[in-house]
Amino acid sequence: MDAGLKGRGNVGFPTGMKWKFAKREESAEKYVICNANESETGTFKDREILERVPRKVLSGMAICGYCTGAKKGIIYLRYEYAYLKEQLQNELNIFHEHIKKFNLDFAIEIFLGGGSYVSGEESALIESMEGKRAEPRNKPPYPVISGLYGLPTVVNNVETFATAQVICAIGAEEFLKLGTVYSPGSKLFSISGDTIKPGIHELELGTTIEEVVNEFGDKNTKSVQVGGASGFCIPHRLFAETVIGYEGLTTGGSMIFFNNTRSMYKVLHEYLRFFAEESCGLCTPCRIGTQQLLLGIEAIKRGDRPAGYMDVLKKLALNMKTSAKCGLGQSVANPFISILENFKEEILY
Amino acid sequence: MEKTLINLTINNIPVSVQKGSTILDAAHKINMHIPTLCYHPDLKVAGNCRVCVVEVAGTKELITACSTAVTEGMIVTTNSYKVRTARKTIVELLLSEHNADCTKCYRNGNCELQWLASEYRIGDHVYHDLVKEEEKQPDSTSLCIIKDDSKCVRCQRCVRTCSDLQDVGTFSVINKGKKQKVSTFYGKPLKDVFCIDCGQCTSRCPTAALTEKPLYEEVWDALADTGKHVVIATTPAVRVAIGEELGFEYNKHSDSKIIAALRLLGFDSVVDSGYFHDIYIVELCTEFMLKMKQDNENAAKTILPYITSCSPGWVEFVSTKCPEIKPLLSQCKSPRLIFGSLIKTYYADKKALNPKDIITVSVTPCTAAKNESTQSMTGIADVDFSITTRELVRMIRQSGIDIQRLDAEDYEPLMCEHSGASVLTEVSGGTTEAVIRTLSELVTGNELDPKMLKIMPLRSEHGIKETVLTFSEVRTGWEFLKDQEIRFAAVNGSRHAMDFFKQLKENQKHYHFAEVMICQGGCIGGGGQPIPVSAELIKARASILYSLDEICGQQKAHENARLNAIYREFLTKTELKENQKILYY
Repeated sequence: MDAGLKGRGNVGFPTGMKWKFAKREESAEKYVICNANESETGTFKDREILERVPRKVLSGMAICGYCTGAKKGIIYLRYEYAYLKEQLQNELNIFHEHIKKFNLDFAIEIFLGGGSYVSGEESALIESMEGKRAEPRNKPPYPVISGLYGLPTVVNNVETFATAQVICAIGAEEFLKLGTVYSPGSKLFSISGDTIKPGIHELELGTTIEEVVNEFGDKNTKSVQVGGASGFCIPHRLFAETVIGYEGLTTGGSMIFFNNTRSMYKVLHEYLRFFAEESCGLCTPCRIGTQQLLLGIEAIKRGDRPAGYMDVLKKLALNMKTSAKCGLGQSVANPFISILENFKEEILY
Repeated sequence: MEKTLINLTINNIPVSVQKGSTILDAAHKINMHIPTLCYHPDLKVAGNCRVCVVEVAGTKELITACSTAVTEGMIVTTNSYKVRTARKTIVELLLSEHNADCTKCYRNGNCELQWLASEYRIGDHVYHDLVKEEEKQPDSTSLCIIKDDSKCVRCQRCVRTCSDLQDVGTFSVINKGKKQKVSTFYGKPLKDVFCIDCGQCTSRCPTAALTEKPLYEEVWDALADTGKHVVIATTPAVRVAIGEELGFEYNKHSDSKIIAALRLLGFDSVVDSGYFHDIYIVELCTEFMLKMKQDNENAAKTILPYITSCSPGWVEFVSTKCPEIKPLLSQCKSPRLIFGSLIKTYYADKKALNPKDIITVSVTPCTAAKNESTQSMTGIADVDFSITTRELVRMIRQSGIDIQRLDAEDYEPLMCEHSGASVLTEVSGGTTEAVIRTLSELVTGNELDPKMLKIMPLRSEHGIKETVLTFSEVRTGWEFLKDQEIRFAAVNGSRHAMDFFKQLKENQKHYHFAEVMICQGGCIGGGGQPIPVSAELIKARASILYSLDEICGQQKAHENARLNAIYREFLTKTELKENQKILYY
């Protein structure tokens, strides 16, 4: 709570508050779920965490269990990460032995996901664990009140649990030395694209894009997509003023660099194609909206629709943001509008 | 029950509703209309279509009124610019995915998407047409239901109806994103998958993605054929509901005006369906009594409960989901088929007509009845055309008849009387009541205690309704029933059929007689009834039927004086084997 840790997924909900809500619920059974359905484009930090420092994550989950009163933990592992299962299971065996010493009643199991992007949305993740289609639920109630099988459930990102463990180890004061008032601490970033140093790097929150580009860019960086397909595209002219953090750009850690040789039309097209495939199809704005945005930019490119059709599409994207059922449909507007506004010519011609 | 009241404002109008109510409930209370599409009062809330989005102060995104519970001090706006543009966009999007060829559509004029479009949209299509060519070919393989994917708006009402309301599960959602759709098992044609044809999906589909398979054009053709003698019977459930769509309230004069309307449509003969229902009850009762006798004589293996089979689709349900009880089903034909077979035998005889020249049209609230085809002893179909309430409404509309203005007319005298019991057979629990009335008098030989004319446990809305009967006096031959408990059950909707089956299987309950209706509320809640449907409407229809029973001079099926004639002159005279073919499967 004192450390002011915010979720290390894409949303950035204050972790302490989430745990407090779950603690407040009176229930004999509660769940702690580690969201390892890492499917955002350009992010691979959770995989590395689970591979290299799984104990941090497991301890973080146990700490959460201790705080909220949950006795069961589940790791929702993305289907594509199935190869990690055996290694994780070995770690779990050691962990379960170890935890006995603390007299803590907390057991963790692994659940293998089905491979859909929307399962990363916490309520869709829970639906999928219950054996149903991975589709988001109506909220409220939020999972902390009524989650898995209707029981209070905390769902956090892999990195969030790992960071929680770190905070407990070094103390909130030490954690707060890094970052800003709104975005305390440091965070892992998955750096990819046209960069000289691809990989996972830990950065202090509050850093500007410019600093990041100077460090990682290939000198020709045109734009940086922060937060994956559902994030924002930052053009060169905004590098200096854009701060990474909850006061600026909230991100799950994906940073994709595009240099001068890249067509932003193709980038946007690829993102929209991704969304039209990965929307669960449940709600109207997301199911149809994603298809219309994709067909729309194709039609403009071909010249079948006038340039003014961009405004229709922009309005559609904004309406999707306000009326879609979950984060997926709501965030399509982020890349769409940021790319459209900053690279209008590339979309048109 | 939570009694706490929650205070909120909707468009600055204060309103207090019970805790747990949704924003939509609160809006209804102050007559503030919020459009909906995937929402249906009979079904679980989905929140898919997003048409009902509203703005709530303090929330960035819009939220759905159907799924969001009210909170104290909530400030709701239902008509802000943000809400209106979002809604309009959603309607535009839905239209882009929909085969909006309205003038050719079966639901033209009674389509929820069309209404939304007329409210929110003027002008040309804004977006690309997403309707896939392959979807434009509807699945019309089933005899009862047509599925047209090009009209589907993915509201999933059908999925919820079929799984939650009917416990059948013919439809489910497959794929994701742009490929997402409502599908049958492996996308097989409707005729090849488990579907009981109840039609509940067709009366809840907001568009024409699911409709009954209409036969009224064929009926028009028959009426135009001068060589054919067309006989029609309408059931009470049809008559009490018809006004809902034609805009009049049912009263004691309605039946005779409907008869006049049917003659105006060109039907040569209009017979009273109640007459056949009475025969059905008498036969059902007889078969049941024989079964009890056999059961008593053969102690080794029970052949009870005796289970009704008059609800079409129930047999299909049993065959697939609980085939073990199939031998227990009644062999007695449904009243509709009795109508058909008697018209083509007894009636043809009396009227000196060739059965081949007779066309029988049965109007029922049932879509599954279209599937029911058996042959009468003459080797031709009992019922030629089975049409729904909705199709009859269409015929009346097409002919420009104003039922209210017609003079009263009577049924064909040969088949014109009915008992109160016959009316009850169309409401859940009613067949059981009707059987109890006749059974009591047949077994005891005494007149029924008037108190037994209203068995309240059978009139509840419960899933499995029960009652017990004991006779202190019995006629010779029925001594084994003396002071014995005879247990009756009435299953209200296929949703409860599996519970009932489980009870039987685990030997928790032992019944003698069980009535099963696959539609909630009985025939009055049938899938072919006017749209919209709701639990409240079904309740209203039931109360009309109960009052029709009470005002009927004779309330017991076997008291129907006309039955004497047919039994004396025809049914007991024909060879037993042939009689079997007329009334039994």
